[in-house]
Order: sequence, then C-alpha cells, then structure tokens
Amino acid sequence: MAELLNVKDLETRFRTQEGVVHAVNGVSFKLNEGETLGIVGESGCGKSVSVLSTLRLIPMPPGDIVGGTVDFQGKDLLKLSPEELRRVRGAQIGFVFQDPMTSFNPVHTIGRQLMEPLEIHLGMNKQQAWDRAVELLGMVQIPNASDRMKDYPHQFSGGMRQRAMIAMALSCSPQVLIADEPTTALDVTIQAQIIDLVKSLRDELGMAIIWITHDLGVVAGLAERVNVMYAGYIVEESKVKDIYQTPEHPYTLGLLKSLPRLDMEEKKRLVSIEGVPPVLFKIPKFCPFVSRCTYRIEKCLQANPPLLPVGKDHKAACWVNTRTGEVRQ
Amino acid sequence: MTAAETILKVENLKMYFPIKRGVIQRTVGYVHAVDDISFEVYKGETLGLVGESGCGKTTAGRTILQLYPATEGKVIFQGKDLIKLRGEEMRLMRRQIQMIFQDPYASLNPRMTVEQIVGEPLVIHGLARGSEIRERVKELLTMVGLNPAYVDRYPHEFSGGQRQRIGVARSIALEPALIVCDEPISALDVSIQAQVVNLLEDLQKELGLTYVFIAHDLSMVRHISTRVIVMYLGVFVELADRKVLYDNPLHPYTIGLLSAVPIPDPFVEEKRERIILEGDVPSPINPPSGCRFRTRCPLAQQLCADQRPEWKEVEPEHFVACHYWYNSKSLKRR
Repeated sequence: MAELLNVKDLETRFRTQEGVVHAVNGVSFKLNEGETLGIVGESGCGKSVSVLSTLRLIPMPPGDIVGGTVDFQGKDLLKLSPEELRRVRGAQIGFVFQDPMTSFNPVHTIGRQLMEPLEIHLGMNKQQAWDRAVELLGMVQIPNASDRMKDYPHQFSGGMRQRAMIAMALSCSPQVLIADEPTTALDVTIQAQIIDLVKSLRDELGMAIIWITHDLGVVAGLAERVNVMYAGYIVEESKVKDIYQTPEHPYTLGLLKSLPRLDMEEKKRLVSIEGVPPVLFKIPKFCPFVSRCTYRIEKCLQANPPLLPVGKDHKAACWVNTRTGEVRQ
Repeated sequence: MTAAETILKVENLKMYFPIKRGVIQRTVGYVHAVDDISFEVYKGETLGLVGESGCGKTTAGRTILQLYPATEGKVIFQGKDLIKLRGEEMRLMRRQIQMIFQDPYASLNPRMTVEQIVGEPLVIHGLARGSEIRERVKELLTMVGLNPAYVDRYPHEFSGGQRQRIGVARSIALEPALIVCDEPISALDVSIQAQVVNLLEDLQKELGLTYVFIAHDLSMVRHISTRVIVMYLGVFVELADRKVLYDNPLHPYTIGLLSAVPIPDPFVEEKRERIILEGDVPSPINPPSGCRFRTRCPLAQQLCADQRPEWKEVEPEHFVACHYWYNSKSLKRR
C-alpha cells in the first residue's frame, strides 16, 4: 500500500496563563492509502491536537507548531502558504468534528453549506452543486434529501447532523477523512448507525481514515492500526488485534483492564489506574506515566523511553517488558 | 432476590413539564418526561437505570428526591409519601436521601472551600458545630480517598475525578440510606471512571448504602448494578436482575441497545452481527401512540400503535412492556 501521509516529530505547544503546555511532543505516524488508523487516548493526551496540527487547524496563538514535518503528496503541509493549504483542506483531506451542533453555521441551510465546498474546490455551478449535494445526502441515508436541503442545522437531529457532516467531508472525494471523536456526543444506538455508515462508505469509496477517540470499543471494530497516546506522546502503536491481544505498554494494559466488558461474565473489582495524567509544562526527562505505573523501575525516572520495537509492527514506549519483566535497552 | 426489604417504592410517577408560549405564558403542551413509572428499590442493592439522552432517567431520579414537583404518583419512603411532605418533615427526610450529580464542575460552588462544601449539610441539619465540622469533613475526605489536608482548598484546585470524590463525600456526610447517583462517571476519563466506581462500591459495603445508579454506559451499569431498568422516552421498557437482563433481554429496545455497545476486542467485533435500530428517538412533547418504541421497533405491528403495552412480569422478577416480547428471541443477539 502506498503511503499517503507521513508525520514526523510533530511538536505543538500552547501558551497559557500558567505557562507553556507541551501538548504534542515529537509524534510520528504514517497513514497508508485506504487504511483506517485509530488514535486513542484520554482528554488532554494530545490526540486531537496532533492530528489538527497536521493541517494547522489549531488556534494560533495560543497554539504553536514548533517542529516536525507533515508529508502529503510530496509537500510539507506545515510549510504551505495559506492559499495552498486551503486547497488541501476539505478537498483532499476531509474533516468530521465531534460536535455536530457547533460545526455547522446555524444561519445557513444545510444545502448551502454542502454546496459551498463543491463550488469552491471543484468549480461546479449552482445547479451541479445542488444535484451533487442531494446525491451526497442520499449517500449518507438522509431520507427526502432534496427537501432536507432547505433545512437549517437546528432542524436536524444530532445523528442526522453528523451524517450531513460526513456528506460534507466526503463531498470532494478526499483521500483522507479525519474524524475527531465523531460519535462521542451521540447516543449509543445512533453511534452504531454512524459507524455502520462510515464502514460501508469506506468500502465503497476507499478513502483512508484517521479516527480519533477515547473509546477503545469503537476502535476495535473499525481500525486496522492503533496509536495509543499519553501526555503528548505515542506510547504504543501496532495492528489493532495486537493492541488488544498483547498490549505492551502499562498504560494500554491499565486502560483495557479498567473497562468492564459487556461480553464477559465477571463481577470483579475494576482495576483502576491510580492518579491523574500530568499537564506538561516542560519536556519531562523521565517517563510521563511513571507516577501512575505499577511496573516502574529506577530507569523510568532517569530517561523517557522512546518508542521501541516489541514485536512485528508493534512498538511501545516502555523500559520494562511487561510480559517478562526484563529491562529494555 | 430473597426476602428483600423495600426501601423506596415509586407508584405511577408522572412528571410533565409545561411548555409556555406567548405574552400571557399560556400552556400550549407538555413534555412527557416521565410517564407513569412504578418500581421498588431494595435495601442494599444498586438499581441501575439506563437509557439514552432524553429518555427521562435524570428526571426520574430528580423527581424521586422532590427536586421537581411530581405531576402525579407516589414516592413512598419509610412509610411516607414524599410528594405530600412539606417543610420540616421534608427537610428531615432529605437527610436520608442524597444525590451525586453528573457534572463535578457545575455541582460544586467555586467560591466555597472543601470544608464549606462537605460541611454544609452538617451545618444545615445541625449535626456538628465549630471544630467538629472540620474534624468530620477530614474524616469524610479520608473515606473518599482524598488527603484530609485539602480541607481549605477550592474546587478549581482539583481534577475532575477528585471533584467527584468531593461530591461523594458531601452525599455521605449525613449518613443517608439511599443515594441517587446521576451519571456520576460520565464526565470522567476512562482511567478515572474505574477509580470512582470502585470507591462507590467500597462505600456501599462499608456504610450499607443503597444506590439508584443512573447512567447511559451499559457496560458500567452491568458492572455495578444488582438489578437494571431500561428506560425509553419516559417509560420503562424492561426491568430484571442484572444477569438476566444482559443474558436474556426480552424487549426489542434492550436487545438493540445492547447490540449497539462496542466491545473493546477486535476479534469479537469482527464476528458480531449488529441489530441497528433505525431512525431517531421521537419527541417527548408528542410521543407516538401505543408503544413509544414502535417507530423504531423491528417487531412492531398494528396493535403496538393502538395500545400501550402493559408492564408485565413475564418471568419472576423480570418485567417487560412489549406486546410481542415472546417474539423478540427471533432478533439476533449481539
């Protein structure tokens, strides 16, 4: 599979009243054509910021992308002019955001908002854009699409708004779809509808997807590869099955154990991860998970472990082999 | 459930919110948030109340505590109907029933210290005075796993999980018999949720508490509950023992809901065949006639539009409100 997106050593910081927060600290990942990559982590771990930084979609200031490269079709997205970048956003890379309520403009009709990218990026005239927009709404299974074009966002339910958002993101046939917690604000039965829709659209259209979420369940059914993030670092990356079957990083292990599962009969005490994630005001010289880790050794306080290969296509940022207890070099 | 003692009994509870329009604020309709629910809570159990947003689960919880004036029905606690209690009697009853709120940011006054927040119920009910308050607050903080040295701190100095612990400390300050937990972990991160759930379970054992646990996370409700009620659009659709409800759900909505929950295991997800419930939840202002779930139900027939299904005990301690519950086995599971 050809490589579509290559992010290297991305670093993003935010200036706040309390000091400079190091939100993303040297994140590297690749996305291949047609592949679905899940990025998992808790709030504040940098999962959204790292992906939004690739298209310079974070507010600057207070945000600042201080390092790294984002290679997309031979160009570094971080070095493009605003004009060039605009041609990539929405056209070659589509976005779906978490909150379908605030990501549409409330004073314009859904139809008008769907037609806009078609006219701007694909140079369609009004009639062509209208027809295509109706077709797109039909594709995301909104009934009576041509009537609903004239509706305003508040007339759509949350699930329908998210469908319309997906239609808009896919309107210019992007190679990459970035979905930032697209189902977090939705109820579980609506979430199932949306995931089902995205899967069938993926099979039909073949775009690559980056799916950002805190829900390990959603990723299990959707992604081929997974990156687990913590405190602005990728702490584990592998194929989806390996992450769940043979998790290596103590944080991933802890997360999986802290989740009660619907398909398992057990009424045991949940295993919790004690403490809270850190806010990094400076780059740590030790492992950022150390204070919450049950596997910690002296070395964890002396150096922050890089992502080390622990298996085939499987990397983890931990000095300790959590299976054998051996110390890694 | 052997010889269970009933601590709270709710009968035909209704809560309608009026919709007012125009200059004279004429009532033009009602939101049927809770529409005729009846159930009992047994002493020492955790009764889970699940449903999607807008199903009325929070309203049900708040109406039990008389935070909303019920439209109709009875809430019987210790032989008294709470709906009829007024003034001093109600205030004394409040000691027995407490609440933990969803949002640990909005439910703590930012201008009060932890001592003031957790100590307030003690002051109001005259249970402690002067330095006793501080000592008792410290004791409570220790019980919920917070450092007692934090008594003089303000809420903003704590993380979400710690704030929820403060909310828990406040709710147990009066040594209540029943606590209504309204989505106590929904606003927290995954790794923190387990901490708070474990705390609630420990306190239940230690203090002999009874919980009504309101949530939308079906996996967590399964973990914590003794019995579970499933709610849809203001009505109950199913009630059963935890294990029975999850292993042998009979209402088509429960089956669809369980089928929609993602399982954190790619091997399981690969093989799973989902029942996808079509459409959206209708508006509670103008709910569908007959069975409220019929607009999304794969088993719906004419009868479902004509008649509201009865709340029937189809197996011992297993209640379902569905005309065709015996057909629901035809739906594929999980």
